[in-house]
Amino acid sequence: MTERVALFVTCLADTLYPEVGKATVTVLERLGVEVAFPLEQTCCGQLHGNSGYPAEAAGLARRFVEVFEPYDAVVTPSGSCAAQVREHVPALLGGDDHGVPARTWELSQFLTGVLGVDDVGSRYAGSVAYHPTCHSLRLLGVGDAPLRLLRGVRGLELVDLPDAEECCGFGGTFAVKNADVSAAMLDEKLAAIAASGAEAVCACDSSCLMHIEGGLHRRGSAVRTVHLAEILAS
Amino acid sequence: MSAGARDARPESFPAAAPAALANAQVRANIGHATSTIRRKRAGVVAEVPDWELLRDAAAALKDEALGRLDEVLVELEASVRAAGGEVHWARDAAEAGEIVTGLVRAEGATEVVKVKSLATDEILLNEALEGAGIHPIETDLAELIIQLAGERPSHLLVPAIHKNRVEIRDLFRARLGLPELSDDPAELAEAARLHLREAFLRARVAISGANFAAADTGTICVVESEGNGRMCTTLPDTLITVMGIEKAIPRFRDLEVFLQLLPRSSTGERMNPYTSLWSGVRAGDGPQRFHLVLLDAGRTRVLADPTGRPALRCIRCSACINVCPVYRQTGGHAYHSPYAGPIGAILAPQLAGERGTVASLPFASSLCGACYEVCPVKIDIPSILVHERGKAVARERKGMEGRSLHALGRAFATREGYERAQRLGRSLQRPVARDGWITHFPPGPLAAWGRARDLPALPAQTFREWWESRERA
Repeated sequence: MTERVALFVTCLADTLYPEVGKATVTVLERLGVEVAFPLEQTCCGQLHGNSGYPAEAAGLARRFVEVFEPYDAVVTPSGSCAAQVREHVPALLGGDDHGVPARTWELSQFLTGVLGVDDVGSRYAGSVAYHPTCHSLRLLGVGDAPLRLLRGVRGLELVDLPDAEECCGFGGTFAVKNADVSAAMLDEKLAAIAASGAEAVCACDSSCLMHIEGGLHRRGSAVRTVHLAEILAS
Repeated sequence: MSAGARDARPESFPAAAPAALANAQVRANIGHATSTIRRKRAGVVAEVPDWELLRDAAAALKDEALGRLDEVLVELEASVRAAGGEVHWARDAAEAGEIVTGLVRAEGATEVVKVKSLATDEILLNEALEGAGIHPIETDLAELIIQLAGERPSHLLVPAIHKNRVEIRDLFRARLGLPELSDDPAELAEAARLHLREAFLRARVAISGANFAAADTGTICVVESEGNGRMCTTLPDTLITVMGIEKAIPRFRDLEVFLQLLPRSSTGERMNPYTSLWSGVRAGDGPQRFHLVLLDAGRTRVLADPTGRPALRCIRCSACINVCPVYRQTGGHAYHSPYAGPIGAILAPQLAGERGTVASLPFASSLCGACYEVCPVKIDIPSILVHERGKAVARERKGMEGRSLHALGRAFATREGYERAQRLGRSLQRPVARDGWITHFPPGPLAAWGRARDLPALPAQTFREWWESRERA
């Protein structure tokens, strides 16, 4: 059923976090999945959609569907981009989506739900707190898939993140348009991360991790951020 | 002057936020209060096995009412008249103010007691009454505190959530003439009780809002905790109810669904202490004159937008406010509307036709979706926020953001444009990137990011460049 799997790396990981894309390829290939990367891919349109530019978002959605139409499954290391594709692209295209959104999967969903794997054979030394990003949790509904995968990693100590389900304050353009409120929300998230005692904080979205990482770096924290794919590839 | 002062000059949400964020006391009060209520709510919601079915039913009932509101309202009008009440139609705030002040004057009253009512807060009815020489007395304890302080409510359900008991003690000492009053909650409540009791016994006219109005029986429903509302709806000779037209429901029996959802969602109680229901007037029992004022004030405009319309399902429980991470930081005054938090961010702009300060509210959200999860009438608040953003953008398609996003949209339309943008990003960051990080930001949109956060610099190689090199190898 997963003969032809395409990676949708996301514009953010492609440009700013290429290691997340490479790690996704590593994990999938380790599990025997042949990964294609259509170079025509650009962006799912989430930025435009959420910022109030539905026409631009629809244009990018159309392009997404055209690029990925030939594949049996599309896998992406981003809960929010997967949610954009699955939850918003069908409406943006008036239903004319060739079934592509329904076969687009966030990485942890694809591994646990489609491949049926909880243990991807990885090994990681250190303590990790998991931050369930809002769109992976509430819009996409990944449930405990990322946690099951993390529990399957040898050597990894999973620690509780207090108030884990609270937003980190990123929210795309919200972080700039309402920068002060966003920063106050980030303060609370960083305090929770510090309280967890974890050496690293892990999530399924590079965008939220960029926000958290930017706050940690500004404060000179030793805690690092790591995408789920990077842990699973190790 | 606090942000909640009645004559504070309105400003956009981002402009109002810093002052709110700087008030550590208010943030602590709000954080504590909302955390307590949301814990209680989660507990009592978990007890109801068919909670999700109730939510579906409530959404369907509200959609039915909104879908044929013209018929439902006419039926409500006929039922209220048949039960001995009078019905008035108010196109906007000014018309509602004229109707109500006219009715109070006709009774010869110079004072009215009021049940907590968001609709009357929305239309600034107290100001209209005062302008006509009529003194309104808020009888909900928190609304009384707000009125005595000359402020605005900061939460749908807990209007004085931003005030602690020391502040309330000082207020009562000054305004109720009780210099010896302590900050013991029981003593504060007793002071309010004595003050209000006089007003209840004096009052000839009361004004209320409505939680629901059943069209088939003409029954008005008010849900409250203190019993002060019950005093208002039973003691005076004349009762005037001001109600947004979206509060009409088709049938009395529909209350079965809403009265299960509302108390659990709002105060985290299985049942609220006082539910008052009345249909018109009854000889020798309660008010002998009843007036229902049906208020539009922008609601028919909301009704005309199928995407924004579900905002009118709202039953004002405030569950969305109590889980909102944005509201928790700023409190309600930064919204400059009696409707704060997530529901305010979709309702206030629509009621105002996306004009004025409230036009910035749809952007005051990280779209985290916690609001949608708890909404008892299943309003997809994040989707309506995005829809409202679209309206705001369409209204002012100018400025740097619009130009940047258009340019980005065009670039991302082709592989060549996208890859060119990636290369452009790398060359633009050269003057500011150091050791893999940008820590100092040039003026522009990124400067706002940089006030609290650094930004990782773009690496030398994109993923696609790596992929292509790997394919060649």
